[in-house]
Amino acid sequence: MALRAQTGPYFGDFGGRFVPESLVAALDELGEAYDLAKLDPDFGAELAELGRSYTGRPSIITEVPRFARHAGDARIILKREDLNHTGSHKINNVLGQALLTRRIGKSRVIAETGAGQHGVATATAAALFGLDCTIYMGEVDTERQALNVARMRLLGAEVVAVTAGSRTLKDAINEAMRDWVTNVATTNYIFGTVAGPHPFPEMVRDFQKVIGEEARQQVIDLTGGLPTAVTACVGGGSNAIGIFHAFLDDTEVGLYGFEAGGEGVDTERHAATITKGRPGVLHGARSYLLQDEDGQTIESHSISAGLDYPGVGPEHSWLAAIGRAEYRPVTDAAAMEALRLLTRTEGIIPAIESAHALAGTIELGRELGSDATILVSLSGRGDKDMDTAAKYFELYDEENPK
Amino acid sequence: MRTVGPVIRRRNEEAGGALIGYLPVGFPTLDASVEAAVSLVENGVDVLELGLPYSDPVMDGPVIQAATQQALANGFRLADGFEAVRRITDRTDAPVLIMTYWNPVVQYGVDRFADDLAAAGGAGLITPDLIPDEAADWMAASERTGLDRVFLAAPTSTDARIRQAVDASRGFVYAVSTMGITGARSDVDVAARTLVARLADAGAPASCVGLGISTAAQVAEVLEYADGAIVGSALVKALADGGVAAAGELAAELARGTRPE
Repeated sequence: MALRAQTGPYFGDFGGRFVPESLVAALDELGEAYDLAKLDPDFGAELAELGRSYTGRPSIITEVPRFARHAGDARIILKREDLNHTGSHKINNVLGQALLTRRIGKSRVIAETGAGQHGVATATAAALFGLDCTIYMGEVDTERQALNVARMRLLGAEVVAVTAGSRTLKDAINEAMRDWVTNVATTNYIFGTVAGPHPFPEMVRDFQKVIGEEARQQVIDLTGGLPTAVTACVGGGSNAIGIFHAFLDDTEVGLYGFEAGGEGVDTERHAATITKGRPGVLHGARSYLLQDEDGQTIESHSISAGLDYPGVGPEHSWLAAIGRAEYRPVTDAAAMEALRLLTRTEGIIPAIESAHALAGTIELGRELGSDATILVSLSGRGDKDMDTAAKYFELYDEENPK
Repeated sequence: MRTVGPVIRRRNEEAGGALIGYLPVGFPTLDASVEAAVSLVENGVDVLELGLPYSDPVMDGPVIQAATQQALANGFRLADGFEAVRRITDRTDAPVLIMTYWNPVVQYGVDRFADDLAAAGGAGLITPDLIPDEAADWMAASERTGLDRVFLAAPTSTDARIRQAVDASRGFVYAVSTMGITGARSDVDVAARTLVARLADAGAPASCVGLGISTAAQVAEVLEYADGAIVGSALVKALADGGVAAAGELAAELARGTRPE
């Protein structure tokens, strides 16, 4: 079977539905609505039209030769999801799920968010569709992504700062699931990544695979052939699956996911789930997981809130297990250096998440050499990260006195 | 082996039904959690549900989250759960079920977990995030060891899923009284009455209702139609606020709800 034809609930040994019984009816309802929508040309047409007239699809590709000089002179091509409305790939998925919310007749949406990009996208779709919206965000993240909190509130969403556990993305997901269990009659959970219980990994992938479908043709049009490698950052893994999926059965194309290596994978402060974790169950799916001997989730660390997650989508675990994709860690420091490099050489400020893909691509380009063509998912823009970057590079006046 | 079915049957013959009390292992300390559990039984709790603290308890409300988070911060290990079961069953006749999220069992090894629980004198497992669809390993391990397995049924469960929960469970089916997470509520939803009736129609030997029950009056009301009433957050709050004595006093008060007028 073609790898692209794989559907949930299981990707090899990974996936499933490890959820309270109270959620099964809602997951079934969502899955059935999605299965019907997939076959409905009107749904596809409506989503494509929103992509064109609202998101700005297709997103362009940009070749970055000045940046590429630092990456072994490989040919480097960016897929510009950063240019989407709301600033990242997250909007692709959210518009699909918002359309489904309307189809199943629910009036309220909830979502978890780490960096705030998925929360902003969800709040945006809620404004567009006239839905009530509550966003759960770990308290640590509301502090480091204050600008996105303000954006969500301006869009009319209620933002709840989650103070439980590690106060980051995983705890925001726990709290959103508790809300969903309680309010499932009126509420749809717009999950932001390709993790979670079935049908989310398959459905979110399907809403994101437009990234790779567009990029595959764009690269062929530009270069006359397929790329040597495709790269993306991986937290939960939605932009990575989105760009990988069209290439899964192009066996000559290498697929590389770059996980958040934090302060280094030999320290305890990282979020390199596939590199350092082992299979377990979290947030409704069996997948690789950072956990201790007793199966307690280990708190992850990354300078990037969007990658600061101890789990990963089950399809990535499967692609790693069968050897179709390779996953490597990238440290905070390498990612920040790549962020500055792309900004200085090309005038494009990437999100810190996407900077992990760029840092990994620099190393990969040096390995593959100047004959290689590497397609990179530039999943988001760096506006939201200006405060983190300004502090990291000491760009504020009071920290950089002359 | 000490299982829950006979106790629930007996309590329905001699009283209104069974009172099932929940406490987390290791809160506020391992020793105090054992003392509190023993005190619950001495004060009229018929079946104990011991929760294993877990880092991501999606079915739990703020009271139980706070308690289990403290137990984890104090260094709770899975082995403490078996030790607590052993110490409690040495001192009481009540069957002890372990309530656990699924990943700790997977990491410990499903068969090894079942063997160690049975060896400690435990009665079985309540699995809030394991549905029968995903439970093949646990079904096999519980068949082999004779442990009870308690699956959940919800007001939104379809008839087919209700039947599946009834067929998969042994001991009782945990009827989720309301859509939501653990925590005391002023009204236990009328949905619980309907759900228990549906479980009975599907052939459930016993159904116990949990989520939101905190008073003797609610216990009595639930036992009008169900075989057992499960109380969690209210007992944990009593233990947190007033120690073992307060938990025991609340258990004695709740137990009054099991006695017919």
